[in-house]
Amino acid sequence: MTDLVIIGGGPAGMSAAIAAYESGIRDILILERDSRLGGILGQCIHNGFGLHRFGEELTGPEYAWRYEEKVRAMNIPFKLGTMVLDINENKVITATNEDDGIFQIEAKAIILAMGCRERSKGALNIAGTRPAGIYSAGTAQKFVNIEGYMPGKNVVILGSGDIGLIMARRMTLEGAKVHAVCELMPYSGGLARNIEQCLNDFGIPLKLSHTVVEIHGKERLEGVTIAKVDENRRPIAETREYIPCDTLLLSVGLIPENELSKSAGVALDRVTSGAIVDQDRQTNIEGVYACGNVLHVHDLVDYVSEEAEIAGKSAAAYIKGEKCDAVSVDIKTDGRIRYTVPQKITQDKDISVYFRVSDVFRNVTVAVYKNGEKVFSKKRPKVAPGEMESIKLSKNIFAGASELEFRLEQN
Amino acid sequence: MYDVAIIGAGVVGGMITRELSRYNLRIVLLEKENDVAMGATKANSAIVHAGFDAKEGSLKAKLNVRGSEMMELVANELGVKYKRNGSLVIGFGDDDRETIKVLYERGIKNGVRDLAILDQEELRRLEPNIGKNATCALHAPTGAIICPYELTVASIGNAMDNGAELKLNFPVTAIERNNGAYEITSVNKTITAKYIVNAAGVYSDAIARMVGDDSFTVHPRRGEYILLDKECGNLVSHTIFRTPSKMGKGILVSPTVDGNLLTGPTSVDIEDKSDRSTTAGGFAHVIKETAENVEGVPFGKTITSFCGLRAVGSTGDFIITSPLRGFVNAAGIESPGLSAAPAIAEYIVDILRESGLALHENKDFNPIRRPMHHFIEASIEEKNEIIAKDRTYGKIVCRCETVTEGEILEAIRTNPKPRDLDGVKRRTRAQMGRCQGGFCSPRIVELLARELGIAYEDVTKFGGKSRLNYGRTKGDK
Ligand SMILES: Cc1cc2nc3c(=O)[nH]c(=O)nc-3n(C[C@H](O)[C@H](O)[C@H](O)COP(=O)(O)OP(=O)(O)OC[C@H]3O[C@@H](n4cnc5c(N)ncnc54)[C@H](O)[C@@H]3O)c2cc1C
Repeated sequence: MTDLVIIGGGPAGMSAAIAAYESGIRDILILERDSRLGGILGQCIHNGFGLHRFGEELTGPEYAWRYEEKVRAMNIPFKLGTMVLDINENKVITATNEDDGIFQIEAKAIILAMGCRERSKGALNIAGTRPAGIYSAGTAQKFVNIEGYMPGKNVVILGSGDIGLIMARRMTLEGAKVHAVCELMPYSGGLARNIEQCLNDFGIPLKLSHTVVEIHGKERLEGVTIAKVDENRRPIAETREYIPCDTLLLSVGLIPENELSKSAGVALDRVTSGAIVDQDRQTNIEGVYACGNVLHVHDLVDYVSEEAEIAGKSAAAYIKGEKCDAVSVDIKTDGRIRYTVPQKITQDKDISVYFRVSDVFRNVTVAVYKNGEKVFSKKRPKVAPGEMESIKLSKNIFAGASELEFRLEQN
Repeated sequence: MYDVAIIGAGVVGGMITRELSRYNLRIVLLEKENDVAMGATKANSAIVHAGFDAKEGSLKAKLNVRGSEMMELVANELGVKYKRNGSLVIGFGDDDRETIKVLYERGIKNGVRDLAILDQEELRRLEPNIGKNATCALHAPTGAIICPYELTVASIGNAMDNGAELKLNFPVTAIERNNGAYEITSVNKTITAKYIVNAAGVYSDAIARMVGDDSFTVHPRRGEYILLDKECGNLVSHTIFRTPSKMGKGILVSPTVDGNLLTGPTSVDIEDKSDRSTTAGGFAHVIKETAENVEGVPFGKTITSFCGLRAVGSTGDFIITSPLRGFVNAAGIESPGLSAAPAIAEYIVDILRESGLALHENKDFNPIRRPMHHFIEASIEEKNEIIAKDRTYGKIVCRCETVTEGEILEAIRTNPKPRDLDGVKRRTRAQMGRCQGGFCSPRIVELLARELGIAYEDVTKFGGKSRLNYGRTKGDK
């Protein structure tokens, strides 16, 4: 029996491990499928990480190293090249690696920190051929930054997620020509700063309300046909335009990787595709926690670390059998606010609630209603789906609450 | 000089090659692509039809029923996944019920066992998610599913293990008859063989023409599919067909042997035999008809879409003929060609025998091939024994389908050896899951480059110009 097993050694897993260690837990094991710690940050060689946490602009590997250094200094055990195959309802974990073969560990508490994956082309049903030269942006990032190979020279990018934007700049710096970034929605899902620094600074056009409707080329990609879409996101035939290119990168969304969570019986939120958690990031299964991109997709790693620390501390308290005053209330949202994390409150504590909105809204107020009565409000000049929002709520708000609702109101 | 050259490494050419490898012969299988199973065999409905579809007395009917009966044994010998899940032809009203009766009668005449006509209630009991408006069905319990490229890879691998040769990237461009043998030419190579079997799929008319046989033509008919995540594989357990009508056979919904859900195909005649593109209209059609057949198919869980080309022959039946001595056509092998393939192979070998090919039994012939999925199906204890001997079986490369490095290396080293990313995919399922190779393809490129002894940037997706990378980045030059 191990006190705490953490699945995933990315920024979330490492931060959670450190927090648990600092809360007095020693019997910890991190399981990581890659051959090193750090998760996806290892291939994110651009800067912009850590502004909130460290007040510095770090690259991905530098940010990850700050945590890996601590993990190593604390002698927190980790197993690399180790893939978790299954977690069952009794918190028994089955994993495999080259040294141990397939093995099982029973855990008192588990923290899920497996991260997310990119939505693939398959899911989009783009018409046309199936040539080489179509990659998800993250795969291209791995080819360029880790393997040192160029997956293409003439590039179109579909989707304006952050990895796509970053890769637009990266491919340009490597001498490729990025012809356009097409975004189906009338706004970008990426961070404003990335649009500025990765597209505008390099004169790469961002075509909003555009999509790729057809793929051409039998062996290697030869071109794509793009088109503008109407308000129902249907392509407008007259706007079809052919762009010759040898590479199509897709940055069309990230999906929390929750196959293991499902096998353990963790209840998922249909909006986030991550677990439904309380303020401690505990799932519906006692002693099973989730944090980082496996819980909901974050734009900034700084918030991942923050969230993971909550999970790590809470798991430590659980292992030590600590309890605090209980309440129980689900947070509802109005649709304009798409979701919140946490989705429920089960204890009396001051907390931050993170959320995303469904569209770009200007001059709005984030309002919290308790039992039908407004108890909190905060004005925001602009909110957008690409930027996660958060508010701090003090615990007296939860006292006597049977219903909590988050709304976005026009000023 | 070869005794027999088979042109086309699809399921038909593959099964023929394996059948011939039972005898002491020099056999060569010629394929224009970089891998086997790249034609219709790669992209079809994967159904082993029971045999009630084809007109009584036709070759299609006879070989389908026989092939379907042989398939389970063949699959077992070759270690290929096969599941007798049963088929249902569902009807939506009185016209369909009449057609279903006709199919039932025909099936009986064709020799299909255990057919039954079900009413709405019985149908719903078998398939609770069936479309609300379906009122009746033909139930064929002998219908089955299989993985067509797995079957083909395995049959060719087994034939090679028994002595047959495979030549890839060998597009046959000319055939000359010379001193009683055939000279078969590709781009700049020529081989000779006493006998030829033409199993070139949609191009089989072109091959026949090379020896002066223009008695038939073959044209391509597009069939588009949408494949869904394994989460959806349990929505139905049978293969659900619609009742055929003037509009064609319609869209089917079926689980696959790997646990996914397959929907399709469309049916559109086209001109270009190399055009395997999908269309927006095709997707819309698949989605609409699927919704009528089965309730609640979540197309948001799509994994991929693809298109296969049917080789529609001008005679309406399989074209299995010998227009001149020593040359046999296996042409126009459209559906149920996969189901019939083992029987077609038997039938062709008989024709070769009758036309003078001496068949002496190969005493060393081993019909058994180790299943490609032997590792995944082993118990934890067995797996650990394998890992103890070879660590690479402990390391997962494809996380979505949990494929280990050991399995990938084993596939790369096993006949017929894959030389590209898609070849590894078809043999191991690595890159076939929800992320579609997003995470594992760079690693597989590395393994392929190492094992084939080629440069990283020379690894392709499926041969030819389908390169994945264009040389090094600036810092790595
Ligand atoms: C949409 C669709 C759905 C189907 N569904 C089913 C089903 O559910 N059940 C069923 O039983 N059947 C089904 N079929 C039919 C089945 O797929 C085919 O009958 C079968 O795959 C044909 O195999 P083949 O070997 O004849 O052809 P192919 O698989 O096309 O193989 C021909 C091979 O010949 C090669 N070749 C061509 N020209 C040359 C040349 N000049 N030199 C060298 N090599 C050459 C090609 O590259 C190819 O590899 C379906 C077919 C399609 C298209």
